[in-house]
Amino acid sequence: MRGIVLKYNQKNINTDLIIPARYLNDSDPEHLGLHCMEDLDHDFKQKKDNLKATIIVADSNFGSGSSREQAPIALKAAGIICIIAPSYARIFYRNAINIGLPIIEFDDISKINTGDELEINFEDGTMNNISNKSEFKIGKMPKFLQEIISIGGLVNFAKKIILEK
Amino acid sequence: MGLTITEKILRDHTDNKNAVAGDIILANVDKCLGNDITAPISFDVFDKIIEGTNKGVFDREKIILTPDHFTPNKDVASAMQSKKLKDFSYKHKILYYFEMGRVGIEHCLIPQEKLVLPGEVFIGADSHTCTYGALGAFSTGVGSTDLGVAMALGKCWFKIPESIKFIYTGKLNKWVSGKDLILYTIGQIGVDGATYKAMEFTGDVIEKLSMANRFTMCNMATEAGGKNGIIPPDNITKNYLKDVEENKYKIYNSDKDAQYEDIIEFDCSKVEPQVAFPHLPENTKPISEVHNMQIEIDQVVIGSCTNGRLEDLEIAAKIIGNNKINSKLRCIVIPGTQEIYLEAIKKGYIELFVRSGAIVSTPTCGPCLGGHMGILAANERALSTTNRNFLGRMGHIESKVYLSSPAIAAASAIKGYITSPDY
Repeated sequence: MRGIVLKYNQKNINTDLIIPARYLNDSDPEHLGLHCMEDLDHDFKQKKDNLKATIIVADSNFGSGSSREQAPIALKAAGIICIIAPSYARIFYRNAINIGLPIIEFDDISKINTGDELEINFEDGTMNNISNKSEFKIGKMPKFLQEIISIGGLVNFAKKIILEK
Repeated sequence: MGLTITEKILRDHTDNKNAVAGDIILANVDKCLGNDITAPISFDVFDKIIEGTNKGVFDREKIILTPDHFTPNKDVASAMQSKKLKDFSYKHKILYYFEMGRVGIEHCLIPQEKLVLPGEVFIGADSHTCTYGALGAFSTGVGSTDLGVAMALGKCWFKIPESIKFIYTGKLNKWVSGKDLILYTIGQIGVDGATYKAMEFTGDVIEKLSMANRFTMCNMATEAGGKNGIIPPDNITKNYLKDVEENKYKIYNSDKDAQYEDIIEFDCSKVEPQVAFPHLPENTKPISEVHNMQIEIDQVVIGSCTNGRLEDLEIAAKIIGNNKINSKLRCIVIPGTQEIYLEAIKKGYIELFVRSGAIVSTPTCGPCLGGHMGILAANERALSTTNRNFLGRMGHIESKVYLSSPAIAAASAIKGYITSPDY
C-alpha cells in the first residue's frame, strides 16, 4: 500500500470531529464522506485533494467517543485508505478492522509529515517513508484480526461461518 | 492464578475455557442492542451475511431495538432511519422493539425492563452500553458491523481486557454523587487512561452507592477509554432485581488473587462536586474553584443515559423547589424513560419543573449529541448532566459544554452561573 500523508498533530480526534452527529440522520457513505473531518478542519477536503492524500496521521486516542461506525465509513468514503496514530479508542479500532480499513498503531509520528509518501507492507510489518528515506517497523496485528482484514472484513468472516453451519 | 470478574464472564461465554486477559475470543452474546443511528447500518450488514442462505436472526428474543437518538423523528432523514428499525423488527418478529411512546433512553430503559442481568455478555451499538456493568454484567459498546454480525450469529469477537481496579474509600462530601466520582476519576487518569481496559469499581463508597449512581459511573467508563465498567453485584444489585428470579442470573466476583494492570485508590473525603470544562471530560475542576469563576450559562440540560433516572430528577426538583429558573437561560429536563416520567409526575417533580420555567421533554438522547431539543448557538455555554463535552457536541462548533451532576446543574439553573446548592 502506498499513499501521501495528511497529518494532524492533535490528540483525541474524536468521532464528533470525524463525522458530526448532525449528519448521522443519513447513513449513505457518500453523504458522510462529504462532511468527513469538517469540524476538525474546515479545509480538510481541499487539503486532501490538493495533496492527493490518502493516509491520515494523527496523535494518540484517535476516534474517541461515540461508537458510530459512520466515522471510519466517512473516512473510507473520503478516499482515506489507512490511518496511523500512536493509539486509538477501542470502538473506532474495531470498527475500522470490521469494515476493512487498515489502521496502524505507531508511536513515532514525528518522523512523518504532511506531504510525505509512505509505502506500507502489512505482511512484513514495515513502513517506508519514501520522502525522507527512512524505514520503520510496525507491529503485526493479532492473527485473528489479520484473518478478518485478509478476508475483506467481518461481514465476509461471518458469512463464512454461517455457510459452514 | 486468580481471575477478574470480567475475565470470568467472558471465559464462560466462549469455548476457550483457558482464555485470559489478552486473548482474542469469539464470545456468545446474551443480548444485542441498536438504535436509530447505529442499527440501520447493521441491517445492511445482516442482510449481506444471510443473503443466499435460509437463515434469519439468531434469536428474536435477544435483539433489542430502541429508536431514541433523533426521536420523536426530528426530520425526514431521521424518520427514514427510525422506519428501518420498525420494518426490520416486524419482518424478523423482534420481541424487544420499542415504539416511540414506549421507548426511553436505551441505557435507562434496558436495566429498568430487566433486559440485562448479572453475568451476561451484552453488546450494544452505542458507546454507553458500558452502563450495565453496574449490574455485574460484561457490557460494552461496539459498532454497527459487530451488531449486524451478532444479530446473525449471536457472537462477537473480543480481546479479553486487562482490568484496572479502582478503590473508593472515605466519607462522601455533601452533593457528591456517582457523577462526581466518575468525573473525578476521568480527571485523574485522562480520557485515554483506561483505553482497552476493564474498569472495576470497588471500595466501601461503591458498596453504599445506589444503583442509579452505579449506572452513572459505569456509563462513563467509555469516557476514559474503558472497554467496560463493572461493579461486583451485592445486596443493592439483588434488591434492584427483586422481581427477577435469582436462578435467571449468575453472580461473578473477582478472585482475591486476580491480576490487575493497576490498582488506583481514591480518598473520596477529598473529592468535591466536579465540573468538566470544554472540550474534554478530563478537564475537571472542583466546584469551589468553578464557583469563583462565575461562568454564566445559556442552557442547562438535566437528563441523558448518564443522569436521566428518577433519583437524578428528584435531586434537581428538591434543589429547584419554589425557585424560578434564571430568566437568562433555558433549562431542559428529560426523563430517561416513560416510567421515570410517570413517577416524576406522581411525585410532583414535573409540575415543579414546569412552574419553575423549565422545559420538560419526552425521553430522547436529543441535545446530548447535538441532535435536537436544545441545540446551542455560536458562543453559547451549556451546563449539562450528559457525558461528553467535545467541540461542537451540542450544536455550533463555537459553543461550549460543561459537565456536572444534577445537583450542580439545578443550582446553576437558578443562579445563572455554575455554582453549588451550598453557595
